[in-house]
Amino acid sequence: MKSAELPPNPDPVLNQPITPELIKKHGLLPEEYDQVCRHLGRTPSLTELGIFSVMWSEHCAYKNTRPLLKGFPTEKRGATAAFGRVLVKAGEENAGIIDVGDGWAIAFKIESHNHPSAIEPFEGAATGVGGIIRDIFTMGARPVLLTNSLRFGELDSPVTKRLLRGVVAGIAHYGNCVGVPTVAGDVYFDRSYEGNPLVNALCLGTLRHDQIRRGKATGLGNPVYYVGAATGRDGLGGAAFASKELSAESSSDRPAVQKGDPFMEKLLIEACLEMMAVPGLVVGIQDMGAAGLTCSTCETASRGGAGIEIELDQVPQREAGMNSYEVMLSESQERMLVIVQKGREREIEEVFAKWDLHAAHVGTVTDTGRMVVRHHGVVVADIPATALTDNAPVYHREARRPAYLDRTSAWTPEGSGLRDLDLEGARATLPRLLALPTIASKRWIYRQYDHMVQHGTVVLPGSDAGVVRLRLGSSEKFIAIKNDCNGRYCYLNPRRGALIAMVECLRNLVCSGATPLAMTDNLNFGNPYKPENFYQLKECVEGLAEACRYFDVPVVGGNVSLYNESPEGAIDPTPTVSVVGFIEKEAHITRQFARAAGSRLVLLGGAPTELGGSQFLGAVHGLKTGDAPAVDLDGEKRLQDYLLGQIRKGRILAAHDLSEGGLLVGISEMLFGTEKLGAEVDLSGLGSLRMDALLYGESQGRVLVEVAPGDLADVAADASLSAVPAEEIGTFRQSATLSVATSIGTLDWRVADLRSEWESSIERAMKRPGLG
Amino acid sequence: MNIAVLQFPGSNCDQDAFHLFASGLGLPTRYLWHKETSLGSADLVVVPGGFSYGDYLRCGAIARFSPVMGAVREHAERGGLVLGICNGFQILCEAGLLPGALIRNSSLEYRCMTCDLVVEEAGPAFNTRLVGKRVRLPIGHGEGNFRIDDAGLERLESNHQVLLRYADNPNGSLSSIAGIRNEEGNVFGMMPHPDRAFERFHPSQDGLAVARAVLSLRFPDILKESA
Repeated sequence: MKSAELPPNPDPVLNQPITPELIKKHGLLPEEYDQVCRHLGRTPSLTELGIFSVMWSEHCAYKNTRPLLKGFPTEKRGATAAFGRVLVKAGEENAGIIDVGDGWAIAFKIESHNHPSAIEPFEGAATGVGGIIRDIFTMGARPVLLTNSLRFGELDSPVTKRLLRGVVAGIAHYGNCVGVPTVAGDVYFDRSYEGNPLVNALCLGTLRHDQIRRGKATGLGNPVYYVGAATGRDGLGGAAFASKELSAESSSDRPAVQKGDPFMEKLLIEACLEMMAVPGLVVGIQDMGAAGLTCSTCETASRGGAGIEIELDQVPQREAGMNSYEVMLSESQERMLVIVQKGREREIEEVFAKWDLHAAHVGTVTDTGRMVVRHHGVVVADIPATALTDNAPVYHREARRPAYLDRTSAWTPEGSGLRDLDLEGARATLPRLLALPTIASKRWIYRQYDHMVQHGTVVLPGSDAGVVRLRLGSSEKFIAIKNDCNGRYCYLNPRRGALIAMVECLRNLVCSGATPLAMTDNLNFGNPYKPENFYQLKECVEGLAEACRYFDVPVVGGNVSLYNESPEGAIDPTPTVSVVGFIEKEAHITRQFARAAGSRLVLLGGAPTELGGSQFLGAVHGLKTGDAPAVDLDGEKRLQDYLLGQIRKGRILAAHDLSEGGLLVGISEMLFGTEKLGAEVDLSGLGSLRMDALLYGESQGRVLVEVAPGDLADVAADASLSAVPAEEIGTFRQSATLSVATSIGTLDWRVADLRSEWESSIERAMKRPGLG
Repeated sequence: MNIAVLQFPGSNCDQDAFHLFASGLGLPTRYLWHKETSLGSADLVVVPGGFSYGDYLRCGAIARFSPVMGAVREHAERGGLVLGICNGFQILCEAGLLPGALIRNSSLEYRCMTCDLVVEEAGPAFNTRLVGKRVRLPIGHGEGNFRIDDAGLERLESNHQVLLRYADNPNGSLSSIAGIRNEEGNVFGMMPHPDRAFERFHPSQDGLAVARAVLSLRFPDILKESA
């Protein structure tokens, strides 16, 4: 059907003809432009071209990843009628929702703000936090916790220090002010992220089942409201900006970075939750995040099978003379679109007046299926809503196995003549690894985050997983949350690296006493048009999906961030996962820190034997090679089921998963609690293995547990029944030393020295002279 | 005994303070919106932590002009109890109900951690069982660096108006001051959070003792309950 041409736009600048240059500048391919014309039945106006360009960007449309993401399980097979059911599935709404029983649910999601943070770390990270919080309260949930997952280049670079300082300050600025505690996180430092840091932020909220809200526009004639901050020219085209590679010219994209106002967000949270608590008032609600007013109108219309008409004159604006292109594409923060039940306009206006916020009646729900935008009364855009959402282009990209994998996966320590550690080398390595920023204490970071507000934080940052008490009406429940992803493993073996990210995350939750419930993922990769990058993406997604299916942990939502490249190349593939676990009883909450002198140290899962991809290889030999450590899903499942069983029987005083740095780093970290214990360890019975692999290798499926002597026999007997290798390797002592007997001699360290290396390494690097 | 917890736009520890008194001490507690001009029957007014008005201009500088602050001032002048925690302390200083000011931490960074604090001999208002003991309370602030001129400091010390001092100064505060009272002894302000130290899983439960100490000036019996 040939549609009528639009009348001239009130702003003459927007009436210029659409040229191939303009199309290219909007990031659309010529064939995509042809599709735009087919959807419209005519050529688009410049405003419409801008609208298509942001909605068809990777950030909004997942056009290169949608087919891959279909492989994720989105429901829990083992859910019961009262617990663990997925109430809102991945892709349906702004965030997924899981039933936690008694009529209560949790909503959670992770999202990236990588590109803005690379250009302007403070505001980039701050608005990343703001955006993900809006995704949660738009579902009707009160935000109760935040986590973040950060990746930077090596900390010896001044650029990295500037980015780290800015990102942490930005997250702190926003999260602290808005009053949602940042309870957990993970941070890695690796050369591959130099110039393209990753900033992924997660928010989790709680709500009753009957409070679940959807981003749907329904009900012919229902008024459409715009609430929150006024619209400015900031963040123009941010979604499109996030969908290209960073280059030397990227800093000229600074207007595409938004500026956040956490105070406004706090008011918006309270006002929106107050409004949503009024029965029947809100028909639909969606935040204006990426692609702002454009995305929220066409997505709510598309989900509701309806149309929306809006008049831009009614949109609160903080700059004079903005044209329709600017208003529609602005990514000004702290704004929401609300569809209200007709006839109840006064009620919403009263709530927002109480909070001194804008509530502007900008439009109406129609039955045309079209998004119609007027400015000064003139139609400036008229587009079928589904053309922007469900009917956005989808591509199956070419995948090609990168050539480097032949070399790295064939590497062995023997083959390359790597000399094993001698006694002195083994001794010197431990403090060195503990001081690696990736392994060292992240105290410098998390002490800048308010991790205690809302008074529900049970396990503070620094243990295997964050644990939070949720106050749900008059009852309370405990959940654990953890992020994970070792990009180095994913670089060396994408599929296995993704499997490891998932199983290690689950292992961390189990170590905290939690049963894993559901996962949200943030896929951070390079340019998908390069077949080698797409191979990594595809393999990682398949690895994650396999682990999710195996462990019956559904994916309830997530985010894709592609084009993470700097002039030096793509980042290591980083499919960050974040899993929420449920803790049945408060007594099951377990920390990583040893508690009692005289108790025994037991290694579950067997002696580590692999060196590939380890921090040791990187730090000591300057190598990023080998295959990622092996994953045995059956063995992992047995280990996790067994450990959770032992925790529930009250036999585990402390539990700590072995990860970066391996066995000795893991043992040391157990000693860094408040009890100031030492330990006497004997590894000489574990066979004649390579010392470097035994002490510092990163074989998977290993956990250290602290057990009281009286429980040792039962713990061993159950391990044998569950076919889980369990070896008593030492005793915690009221002493100042860690001593480790090995087949090549005994190693000794003062725990205080190890602790100082671990605790103050990042602080030392970030120290600013003259400040207290 | 009635507790009122103020709510300014941007308050975010209002629920924490509410639960310290309501759940922790089991006292009748309610919220009071900043646009109210009367406190009703409140015996203790709690000015909670957070970022009132986004802490724009200066922490607490805008909140002091909220309508409810007139009633708080009258309440204080009549000898009523007022407790300001964190941003609440900053607001009370801005309002002139407590002396001194709180500026940016000397590290120029926000600090969230648990601190050991020494309880000072602070006259009849805030001592009884706590004096000389250490309490452990969390802090969470970017601007808790207490400042006052020499004469003011001299007055604070000679009047025994210092309630709490940091054992290990986290923010550069003058004389490690973490909390003070007014000369009359009925208005209290502190940067540490008793409202983050009362649940069984908190780093300590010392917030309960601090809350009782504040109430004990008017309600001495509350100390018996904890005996």
